[in-house]
Amino acid sequence: MLSEFAMSRTTATRIRRGLTLPVLLLIVWEAASHGGLVDPRFLPPLERLAGTAWREATEGRLLGDLAASLARDLVGFAIGTVLGLGFGTLLGVSRGAERLLGPIFHAAKQVAVLAWIPIISVWFGFAETAKIVFVALAAFIPVALNTLEGVRSASVQLVEVGRALRFSRWQIVRRIFLPSAAPAILTGVHLALIYAWLATVAAEYFMTVGPGIGGLIIAGRERFQMDLVMLGVVILGCVGFALNQAATAIEARALRWRGA
Amino acid sequence: MANGELGLQGIAKTFRVDGRLLPALDGIDLQVTPGEFITIVGASGCGKSTLLRIIAGLETDHAGAAVHDGKTIRGPSLARGLVFQEPRLFPWLTVEANVALGLENAGLSRDAKRAAVSEHIALVGLTGFENAYPRQLSGGMAQRAAIARGLVNRPGVLLLDEPFGALDAFTRTHLQEELQGIVAREGITAVLVTHDVDEAVYLGDRVVVMAPRPGRITRIVAVDEPRPRSRTAAALLHKREAVLAALDSGGRGRPEPRRLDAPDEPLRQPAAAIALQGAA
Repeated sequence: MLSEFAMSRTTATRIRRGLTLPVLLLIVWEAASHGGLVDPRFLPPLERLAGTAWREATEGRLLGDLAASLARDLVGFAIGTVLGLGFGTLLGVSRGAERLLGPIFHAAKQVAVLAWIPIISVWFGFAETAKIVFVALAAFIPVALNTLEGVRSASVQLVEVGRALRFSRWQIVRRIFLPSAAPAILTGVHLALIYAWLATVAAEYFMTVGPGIGGLIIAGRERFQMDLVMLGVVILGCVGFALNQAATAIEARALRWRGA
Repeated sequence: MANGELGLQGIAKTFRVDGRLLPALDGIDLQVTPGEFITIVGASGCGKSTLLRIIAGLETDHAGAAVHDGKTIRGPSLARGLVFQEPRLFPWLTVEANVALGLENAGLSRDAKRAAVSEHIALVGLTGFENAYPRQLSGGMAQRAAIARGLVNRPGVLLLDEPFGALDAFTRTHLQEELQGIVAREGITAVLVTHDVDEAVYLGDRVVVMAPRPGRITRIVAVDEPRPRSRTAAALLHKREAVLAALDSGGRGRPEPRRLDAPDEPLRQPAAAIALQGAA
């Protein structure tokens, strides 16, 4: 009872500390906007932003844009993660696959993700498919890399236990390699979640304008509606933050066996 | 349940270290009758762990024949349970799930598995810890769980590679007594490798004394003392002297003195010994 109370108090303290700086920034923003420190056309005051948010959410396209971006993000993330998991495991357990595919993969991962956009655009066009391919690629690389490293680090001693218990190759992968790699895989998936979101925005900026938060921001820029631009940026940040928090929570739960 | 008869004929094993061939085992002959408790004692590098791995089926590249219940050993078998010096529990699984790993390929029904697992957890005295994770267990409890995993298939033969070497003296004494009881009750054959002469004499029906370079059997000391045994029985003390004498005459030097911290110092050993330890 007491410890629960203490825990809830430290959580409250942590949240309060975490909120201090953002709240201060908002106050400065508001003061600067009203006090004539900056041109409100460049930095609209908060209430205008809130008004825009309300208007866009109720009668505008905000919710549709948000849904489009999230759908693109999650579909690309799912494809990239599944492929990365399979690819990383294959390279980790098969010497032949490592020799055949390893060099190409290790060279390709050095290429900045954004540099793929021209290639993907040419191969897959500028429409939805290309965007999802790009997001999937951004998610694939960290998952494949971390899975590979995690599988490699599996304990030889435990593999020997598996051999003594007559585990099949598949059982060794499923019962030993993948659980051993779980912490690394989750790190990779966590990174993939963040990269996929960044890639979603990048795809919306650099490929054909379509529904999405990126499109919303571009529209705001073109019409010189900074409140729309700021709204888009705030939403991008909030979604990224929420995804990161969700990933951290899932990771902590999946790795309970490691203890504190 | 298998019978647990073992036969080793002319076992020889050579390791290649830096391009040179180093004989690890040579001319090992041993017959083990069902239900017998064999302990193998010898200095570091005498090949005792390698011999155990050959019986387990983890090392198949050797000369001579290793036979279990009339069948040549060509790989690991569920009829031979194996316990290592380290518990080697899967850290992401509970005690219950770790023990159940032994039944992964046993072809039992779900209910039969569950019953066998809880029975063997009780056998090693871990009831109440079914849902604990390995990190929550002491060294002795973790090794109990490993023994349960080795026994859960009801193997005819239980192989133990210095299973108590990493435990403190008190826990070790306690587990030796329990192991003796379990093996006797289950009526299985046990082969235990150790560098602890007291342990070898206390547990073994026969103590196989090995010497290094190349690893070979120098003497087999029969210990006829009835069980349960008392550690201070005069007969055991006599046998202990006999084993120590055999170690002195057969090997160059005695085994390292018994100590509480298990890992051997690799720097003082020849390359072959390091290779063996690496393999074990």
